[in-house]
Amino acid sequence: MKICCLVKEVPDAAVQKRIDAGTKRLDRSGERTLNPFDTHGIEAAMQIREGGAVAVDEIVAVTMGPDTAVRALHKSVALGADRSLHLSDPALSGSDVCATGYALAKALETEQPDLVLLGQQSDDGECYTIGAVVADHLKMPSLTQVIKMDVSEGKLVCQRQAEYGYDTVEIALPAVISVGDAINEPRYPSLKAIMGAKKKPLDTKGTGDVGIDPSQVGEAGSKTQVLGINPPPPKQSGEIIEDEDTNETVEKIVAWLEERKLI
Amino acid sequence: MVDWRAMNFDLSDEQRLIRDTVRDFARNEVAPLAEELDREKRFPYELVAAMGRLGLMGIPFEERWGGGGADTLSYALAVEELARIDSSVAITMAAHTSLGTAPIAWFGSEAQKERWLPELCSGRRLGAFGLTEPEAGSDAGNVRTRARLDGGEWLINGAKQFITNAGTEISGCVSITAVSGEIEPGRPEISNLIVANGTPGYEPGPPYRKMGWNASDTRPLSFDDCRVGEDCLLGARGAGFKQFLQVLDGGRIGVAAMGLGLAQGALDEALAYAKQRRAFGRPIATFQAIQIKLADLATEIEAARLLTYKAALLKDSGAPFSLTAAQAKLKTGRLAVRASEEAVQIHGGYGFIEEYPVCRFYRDAKILTIGEGTDEVQQMIIARALGC
Repeated sequence: MKICCLVKEVPDAAVQKRIDAGTKRLDRSGERTLNPFDTHGIEAAMQIREGGAVAVDEIVAVTMGPDTAVRALHKSVALGADRSLHLSDPALSGSDVCATGYALAKALETEQPDLVLLGQQSDDGECYTIGAVVADHLKMPSLTQVIKMDVSEGKLVCQRQAEYGYDTVEIALPAVISVGDAINEPRYPSLKAIMGAKKKPLDTKGTGDVGIDPSQVGEAGSKTQVLGINPPPPKQSGEIIEDEDTNETVEKIVAWLEERKLI
Repeated sequence: MVDWRAMNFDLSDEQRLIRDTVRDFARNEVAPLAEELDREKRFPYELVAAMGRLGLMGIPFEERWGGGGADTLSYALAVEELARIDSSVAITMAAHTSLGTAPIAWFGSEAQKERWLPELCSGRRLGAFGLTEPEAGSDAGNVRTRARLDGGEWLINGAKQFITNAGTEISGCVSITAVSGEIEPGRPEISNLIVANGTPGYEPGPPYRKMGWNASDTRPLSFDDCRVGEDCLLGARGAGFKQFLQVLDGGRIGVAAMGLGLAQGALDEALAYAKQRRAFGRPIATFQAIQIKLADLATEIEAARLLTYKAALLKDSGAPFSLTAAQAKLKTGRLAVRASEEAVQIHGGYGFIEEYPVCRFYRDAKILTIGEGTDEVQQMIIARALGC
């Protein structure tokens, strides 16, 4: 079995997020790191390999992004991937979700994976949809927000987080699965793995190498256009009920909840 | 070799990844235990084991011995990130690495390396360094511990004090300085010897009651007709003085990283608290009196960081680094004391309560102006370099 893990370089969680007013894109000039959700995808791949139910021949980390995105790949191989593929081309800059999904799918076609794993969301854009877009282009079934995965020859049985409880779904391979952070506890990369990361093969490919139609990617090839971008409205301050007489306080809280039909 | 002269302030990919990994480890694994370990004065065996599995107990040593093969800056970054959360865990790792393991890695014979380094680098065993005595520390010419050859063995008598990592359940050995003879009348010949835990006549004493670093292991050691093989001599006979100076020079980079980390940790806590704590209807971070403290600390910390990293880069590039390491140690120790004091001040009354980490930081900081050469000794080293 060959597993491809889609990964993304995102601004570090500790960095205050800021929108560049000129480009209407996220300012990515600060510290960056591997999208924490994608580390769960790599861990899931490692656990399939270590679980032994199926033989995993190769785990390949795949990313699309500028030169610096190589760091996300280094971390991915330090976490256990065997090699990595970096799709990088100025033509890809400004791609929206659909264009990015198309480009990643073209890169994945060259790998012919049996399973594609990725984090359910990125820590920056948080659109939750890239897995489904990739799956659509690859004509593979897709599941999102998967929090448990049992693999056997040719299929997966997954638990998917639903609004109330879980869906248990059987899915045929090859498939694209986006995982939630409840699926596992990612390991820390060992120092040995970190020091060895650069020794693992890294292929860099441009749009032409994987057959991407340039008119379908980049800002021009994107079907969405960001017209304006604003910070979320500030949270309204809550109502504080002073507890002078507990019976009275409870009544007030119950009344407040009933008023909003919350109980 | 690192080309530090390029004045490149970027970390390498490996250094960055090591820093980020230790940062995550410290926040997720160390932080939840730090208060309890400190309160119970309990040695962090589980964290040492976890650090061992990650390769953090032998960062700068050769891979063939199970070390990480990383540079001094990577090691300093790891110490900094640990000290940012907890100094006891940081000193356990730092003393084990730059005091306990380094002498064997640098001066040991192949046989000594083979016996000790795989155990030490993996963190299965801890290494210690025994220099300080009741009447000798940096003034090592005053060493009273004696070692003499007797029937093909070294017979050791004497005492050491304030020794880190020597008395835990996983302590493997201590490298000690001892007077092994006289070069000329009145001038002692000093040699270093490796003494394994469990050797008859070698006893680590009861742990000290300390102001801080409560979860780390610090004890006096006694040697009473302790016999070790002739092959326990570290390097050449009489090379002990030069060797321990070299060990202390390197160790200062680790201790500087501890001061830097502690100061950064104190600022992290103070900043978070100042944003959340309200007084007179607004967060105290909006008051200029608090902002000035935070801004000054952030600036001092960045300056101290550059000095510490420079010392590490100089060492890695093979250039003389003693002066810069002494400056970094002096700067960071004082800064740690100041930063933790300001952090307590910003916390107000809560800073005096043990539930808040700054309270522990305040107690842990003071030793940083004392251990591995007091501020006054660093000033002496720096003044000598100035030509005084």
